Amino acid sequence: MNKYNTFEKILIYSGILVFMTFILLPFVEMFYASLRPLDHLFRSPYQFYSDDLSFWAYREMWNTVPMLGRYIFNSFFLATSVAVLTLIFVIPAAYSYARFKFPAKNTSLYVLLAINMFSGAVLLIPLYKVLRTFGLLNSYQAMIVPGVAFLIPTSIWLLKSYFEKIPIDLEEAAFVDGASRVQILRHIIAPLSTPGLVVVGIYAFIGAYAQQFLFAITFNQKKEYMPIPSGLYEFIGYQSVKWNEMMAASLVGIAPVLLVFIFLQKYIVEGLTAGAVKN
Amino acid sequence: MKQKLKSYNAQTYLAYALIAPAALYIVLIVAWPLLETIRLSFTNSSLAGEDYVGFENYKKMLSSKKFNGIITRTFVWMFFSVSLKLIIGLIGAVLLNANLKGRSIFRVLVMPPWVVPIAIGMLGWLWLYNGYFGIIAGVGMRTGILDGPFGFLAYKQSAFISTIIADVWVGTPMVTVFFLAAMQGVPRDLYEAAYCDGASRWDRFFKITLPQITPVIITMSLLSAIWTFNSFEIIWILTEGGPRGATTTLIIDTYKQALGNYKFGRGAARAVVVMILLTLFAGFYLALLARINKKISHE
Repeated sequence: MNKYNTFEKILIYSGILVFMTFILLPFVEMFYASLRPLDHLFRSPYQFYSDDLSFWAYREMWNTVPMLGRYIFNSFFLATSVAVLTLIFVIPAAYSYARFKFPAKNTSLYVLLAINMFSGAVLLIPLYKVLRTFGLLNSYQAMIVPGVAFLIPTSIWLLKSYFEKIPIDLEEAAFVDGASRVQILRHIIAPLSTPGLVVVGIYAFIGAYAQQFLFAITFNQKKEYMPIPSGLYEFIGYQSVKWNEMMAASLVGIAPVLLVFIFLQKYIVEGLTAGAVKN
Repeated sequence: MKQKLKSYNAQTYLAYALIAPAALYIVLIVAWPLLETIRLSFTNSSLAGEDYVGFENYKKMLSSKKFNGIITRTFVWMFFSVSLKLIIGLIGAVLLNANLKGRSIFRVLVMPPWVVPIAIGMLGWLWLYNGYFGIIAGVGMRTGILDGPFGFLAYKQSAFISTIIADVWVGTPMVTVFFLAAMQGVPRDLYEAAYCDGASRWDRFFKITLPQITPVIITMSLLSAIWTFNSFEIIWILTEGGPRGATTTLIIDTYKQALGNYKFGRGAARAVVVMILLTLFAGFYLALLARINKKISHE
């Protein structure tokens, strides 16, 4: 096929530059703000240049918001619990959808897709009541329980497509040779589906990390269980906002998800798009 | 042997047993609350208790001018946000699909707005939109477009536009990545044949790429409409639906009624409207999906 000429190259690269500026500007500006002293940030109009950039805010933020470490831990703990619980519920269900034929199979799969479209915001009132009935308000569970529910549908679809890639002949051969279901699960399915499980687990982790805000502000009032997004609002003081420290804490808060994503992005993107594009 | 295999794939009770835990969980945390919301919408439920009031909540809601304004606003907001996501996403996908150096890095760099928790990304936007110290106001002032500090989130019109832009920022990566995946699924020989026939790059895009990825474009417009309709955190963090209600969409209004004023009944009535609209979207989406699947299996 024909190569791009210089003019076309310049055109495409400048297009990419504009596009990427839109996507990345908030992050770049967050990072830049985190390096600048507060009195530089509070100059109007905006100053593009600062000569005393430092990582001072990254040290000071732990003093301004003493619970910051706890919030970061909470975010991790919540996201990990949600991801693990999601996997526990999703693995048997996805396996069943991938392998068995049964009445109402397709209908229920589409119902799952439809459930995915209801945001948590619509269900807050009754969810509040459910959690209150079980005495789960103001606890980790208040954020974990609804979190898992909203990750189950997509995770089933994702994992189902991974299980379907494992040739059924392998299982059938083992079954005919007299292997039990448990043996098949342990020796054939488990090892072959590990990559799929990792991707779905990471997907659930990122999803859980991202969804913490709504459930946290609605179902939990206790500081010691707060995840990082709600903790960040403590940098907003009565007098002024400590923007540099807030941005520093934000970046520290998102670094783990970003790193996980960058290492596994290829698999996650493939998994997510496979369903929509080929289906 | 065939008999035995048949029993391996057709153990319905086992199939259901494996699905049961996930199904029960969904019923308890999603399905039951949905039904409970419908019931609550016929009551005047609040912190003080509840009584059955029939269609009172609906009557009040539908006869209020404010509510009609909210519905219109929701759809206008959605229309601009979804269109921008699709247009920018398509342009982005075309750019990143070009076979040039660095494209694999750019493809990773598109994703952060989607990966990062919205609540944190919006803190960045709050800073960008800051009227005195933010970079956007700063550029405006230095170039003379603005003649002084300008709070983008403080005025009705600019707040409306600003929340749309932030929403587009969150939603575009997903659209771009899906379009990109679709473009790479277009069979290469189509392009090679067209190239041999002397078709220009432009022709190849409009006569091959675009028709080939149309199913994905349609699917994404619907999905994106659903996500945008549900968008809560972005508006809530940037403006809380203000100033003076200028960014109050249906979802924001539902939340405000229910958990801001503790008028559960009124909130529930709004939630039911949300559900009905979402069911319509979902119905469209699933019907479309079924049609596309049918078409593929026929080919």
